This record gives sequence, C-alpha cells and structure tokens, in this order.
Amino acid sequence: MASLDQEVMGIFSHSSVSVPVKDKKLLEVKLGELPSWILMRDFSPSGIFGAFQRGYYRYYNKYINVKKGSISGITMVLACYVLFSYSFSYKHLKHERLRKYH
Amino acid sequence: MNENLFASFAAPTILGLPAAVLIILFPPLLVPTSKHLINNRLTTTQQWLIQLTSKQMMTMHNTKGRTWSLMLVSLIIFITTTNLLGLLPHSFTPTTQLSMNLAMAIPLWAGAVVMGFRFKTKNALAHFLPQGTPTPLIPMLIIIETISLLIQPMALAVRLTANITAGHLLMHLIGSATLALSTINLPSALIIFTILILLTILEIAVALIQAYVFTLLVSLYLHDNT
Repeated sequence: MASLDQEVMGIFSHSSVSVPVKDKKLLEVKLGELPSWILMRDFSPSGIFGAFQRGYYRYYNKYINVKKGSISGITMVLACYVLFSYSFSYKHLKHERLRKYH
Repeated sequence: MNENLFASFAAPTILGLPAAVLIILFPPLLVPTSKHLINNRLTTTQQWLIQLTSKQMMTMHNTKGRTWSLMLVSLIIFITTTNLLGLLPHSFTPTTQLSMNLAMAIPLWAGAVVMGFRFKTKNALAHFLPQGTPTPLIPMLIIIETISLLIQPMALAVRLTANITAGHLLMHLIGSATLALSTINLPSALIIFTILILLTILEIAVALIQAYVFTLLVSLYLHDNT
C-alpha cells in the first residue's frame, strides 16, 4: 500500500506512465516484480506501526465512522476475534473431538 | 477431562512468548476516541454510557478525590470490556488471572492509603479504632482493624478472579454436560440447555457487576482517605 501522504494526495498512475515499483499498489504490481516489491516495503517499527494504523483507519472509516453505522461494524470485529481465539485454542480443542481415534 | 477443564484458563503463547499482551491490548480498539462534537453511532453510545457512569461514580468525592476520576473511569471501562469479551466463545479473559488482578488492585489501594496517611494522618489513623469501644477491647480491635485494612487489596483481586473464573468454569461444565447428554436423552439435554442460557445471562450481569464493584470499592477507599 502506498504511504499515507500519497494516499491523501492521490497518485495518478496508469500503465502508460512509468511509476517506480516501490510506489505501486499491490494489485498493480506484476507477478514478476513481486519479490522486489516485498523487499522494498518499509519494515522498520514505525513502518509496521504505520501499516497497522492505516489498516485500522481504513476499516474504521468504512464501517464505523459513517452516518448510519450499523451493528455489523463491530460484530465483524468480534467474529474475527472469536476465530483468532479459536485458532489459539485449537491445540487443546483437537483432543475433544468426537472421533474414534485421536 | 480434568486437564481439559482448566486448559482454557492457561495464558496463550505464541512459540513460548506471551500472547496475552496482545489480547489485553485488544479492548481499546473497540472504544474509539474522537475530536468532533457529533460522532458516529458507536462513539456517541459509548460516550453517553461513560458520562453516565462517571457522573454516578464521582459525585461523592471532593475536589481532591476527583483528580482520580480518569483512573477510575478507565478502570471500569477496562474491566467491563475485558469481562464482556471473555463471554465470547473460545476467548481468553485476562481477568481470570490472579496476577493481573493483583497488579490492578495493589497499586490503587496502596495509592489511596498512602495518600490518606500523608495528607490526613490523624483521620487515617483514627480509622483503626471505631468510636465508643470499651477500653479492654482496644488492643485486640486495633489488630483486627489493621488486618482488615491490609487484606483489602487481596480481597479486591481475589473477588474479581474468583467470580469470573467460577462463572466461566460453570458454563464449561454445563455446556459439556449438554453435549454429552444430547445423544443419550434429548429432553434432559434441552433442560440443561435452558440452564445454560440462564447462566449466560447471569454471566453478563456478573461481568458488569464485578467491574462496578471493583471500581466502587477503590473509590470508597479513596473517599476514606481524601
């Protein structure tokens, strides 16, 4: 994902204009360029924190911070939390399945 | 069966690292802050609830006690959200761990007591001897009052831990009983299922009440000492 500044200003890019690989969005990167795209991402702590922050605000502004937000905005988060906890406790739960041989 | 019963209370780990920190950091994501006057529905509901509880809680304190209002309101929000999130299936509740509740109770109680001894020493010491006790009883009563003071943080922590843990355990047991009986005798399984539904309603109430009690007692200790 391009940095937050560039998202705000807007990047004008279509296939005829040559944009450096670093600034392309994920869906516009060609398959051969994928490793170099991944390597050019910002993996410093502030970069990772920025990625989490962008993701959070993307979800927040789409589902919660709207005029008539419904309950689904928060139920989706809770459903993901349940799935996340399930994956954590799968190790204990797999012994409690109704199988003949465990 | 015995090992599985308490396995859900074990702190989750990723490759040996405590993932409990991530789970404790999750509830603040559900309580957004906002700079605007008119917010989205979620923020408006939460702000209304928070204002309701904070007004209810802080009216009995004087000016000095009200400096603690941020601490107490964030405490009640944290305990409520953590307890309610623990009612979701498969989730881990941090307040079932005694270590966390002790970490919450001891500093708050100690802060209130030290503040009381520092600013109103005579009044704080006077708490140790209730008015109008017969003279021969005085030494014994001072010992009893000291013990009851020192046991306050322990009681706070253990009360919260025990209530939440007991509720979760009961739900586990009755749920597994329902599942086991469903193949043997269906009507009794339905009866037990009704009991499970009632228990869940009780657990929601307990989650809210425990948060309230914890915070109320801390504010009571504060009121005594300001």
